[in-house]
Amino acid sequence: MTREMWEGNQAIAEAAVRAGLEAYFGYPITPQTEVLEYLSKRMPELGRVFLQAESELGAINMVYGAACAGVRVMSSSSSPGVSLMLEGISYIAGTEIPAVIVNVMRGGPGLGNIAPSQGDYNQAVHGGGHGDYFPIVLAPGSVQEAVDLMGLSFDLAEKYRAICMMILDGNVGQMMEPIEMPEMRPVQRKDWDWAVRGKGDKERRILSSIYIDPAAEEVTNFRLLERWRQIEANEVRYKEYFLEDADFVVIGFGTAGRVALSAVRAARQKGIKVGLFRPITVSPFPHKVIDELANRVQAFLVVEMNSGQMLEDVRLSVKGRVPVEFYGRMGGIVPFPDEILGEIERISSEGVKTGMHPRDAWFERMVAAR
Amino acid sequence: MQKEIIIAGFGGQGVLFGGQVLAYAAMDTGKQVTWIPSYGPEMRGGTANCTVVIADDEIGSPLVKNPPLAIALNLPSFDKYEPLIQKGGTLIVNQSMVDRGPKRDDIKVIPIPCNEIAEEIGDRKLLNMVAVGALLTALPELAIKDLEKALEAHLPAKHKNLLPKNYEALKKGFELAMSLN
Repeated sequence: MTREMWEGNQAIAEAAVRAGLEAYFGYPITPQTEVLEYLSKRMPELGRVFLQAESELGAINMVYGAACAGVRVMSSSSSPGVSLMLEGISYIAGTEIPAVIVNVMRGGPGLGNIAPSQGDYNQAVHGGGHGDYFPIVLAPGSVQEAVDLMGLSFDLAEKYRAICMMILDGNVGQMMEPIEMPEMRPVQRKDWDWAVRGKGDKERRILSSIYIDPAAEEVTNFRLLERWRQIEANEVRYKEYFLEDADFVVIGFGTAGRVALSAVRAARQKGIKVGLFRPITVSPFPHKVIDELANRVQAFLVVEMNSGQMLEDVRLSVKGRVPVEFYGRMGGIVPFPDEILGEIERISSEGVKTGMHPRDAWFERMVAAR
Repeated sequence: MQKEIIIAGFGGQGVLFGGQVLAYAAMDTGKQVTWIPSYGPEMRGGTANCTVVIADDEIGSPLVKNPPLAIALNLPSFDKYEPLIQKGGTLIVNQSMVDRGPKRDDIKVIPIPCNEIAEEIGDRKLLNMVAVGALLTALPELAIKDLEKALEAHLPAKHKNLLPKNYEALKKGFELAMSLN
């Protein structure tokens, strides 16, 4: 297959089209507007639905409606826009229907800025919307990975009747890389036994997230949890680099993970036995793999473009057996590899002070360096 | 092998496209490559730069603080990137837009009057290709032929008539940089 150069945002838009996206609803916001721009031309060409809603609230509720009809549907936005969608996302989760949401994260909180960030990890991974539900969250680090995961998102969402969110940052959204685009898959409206498309001569179906009777709601909660347990058992994805003989391991997702790869390679050239673990599913989180790693390595360094959100999930996996250190940049700043290399060299030569929360230790180092 | 290149200048000087041509050439010769832009709020007149990373293996960081190679198409970019180039690296400077010489002697600074050369060829917009041609003297991984092929394959059809002048710009930049070496 030939490689073509694609910008991240446009690439995921085309990948969604090729995965059989039948309807897109969205509202523009930097740094993901290229997704809308691309689909506004591409979807009508194919006789499919593109609609720019009046707001993010409108867009997510259109997604909700289309998902109830069993069509492949998605929306995309960036941090503040995704916050606006959370009510609808929770309703979609509560109705047990599949939907795909892309968040091209930017600096925050609040209106923030349009620079690349990973500040929405907690929002995406640990719920965001109200109530008891578990979204699948994928975190690509390159344009190719984003394209591959875009197609997977629809398959996973439908398989588990769940929300599948892809979180990337403006870096992945706006950079260009050579990729292999997947083949065009036909639009298929599968004959889901839950979709509402007009009763005809069949039994009446109702889709709703309302369970006035708490006992009935709890039955639904158990059903959601049962699906989540299957997701946890079957869908964990990650990538490992230089782990075979590693004394300690850097953990980062998305852009922070690939920046860390440069640092780990540089450290290897200096003879430091360090590896890299890059979660691709941040939900379900690869707890088990990190748990096993914690039995054979001496320390971890978590690197994120936020103040240490995935850090807490890593600490849950490590369970205090070995020290976990943290390095982060916030506000839309992307770390350079030499910053992470500096942390690797410090840990390699000085070891890690235990007893302090890694975020506090990092905070003190950052303040001292300012 | 991994090489990082930063191209910087004003918006409208063809900074982003200059980087894309390198990226396309790298892709077409079977290499891994990333191209990432950063620009100010204005599309024209603001500062713009892009980073291109060319490698044999999976590329880590798409951004680089201290590149071995850079092109500065104006004075603010010269001021910003001259101190950041790796020791022993090469900086192509658009001498048409700067009024000073280099401050460092541990990097190779190659002054090229890109605007004048582009105007001689007959299109001032070709200044980016002049600079990219000059850069190739320090980037043996890509030949002028590779860039010509990339332009031919990826330039939009409506601009195909500009190909010969683009080739000429690449060649003149390359030859002048060689002669200054």
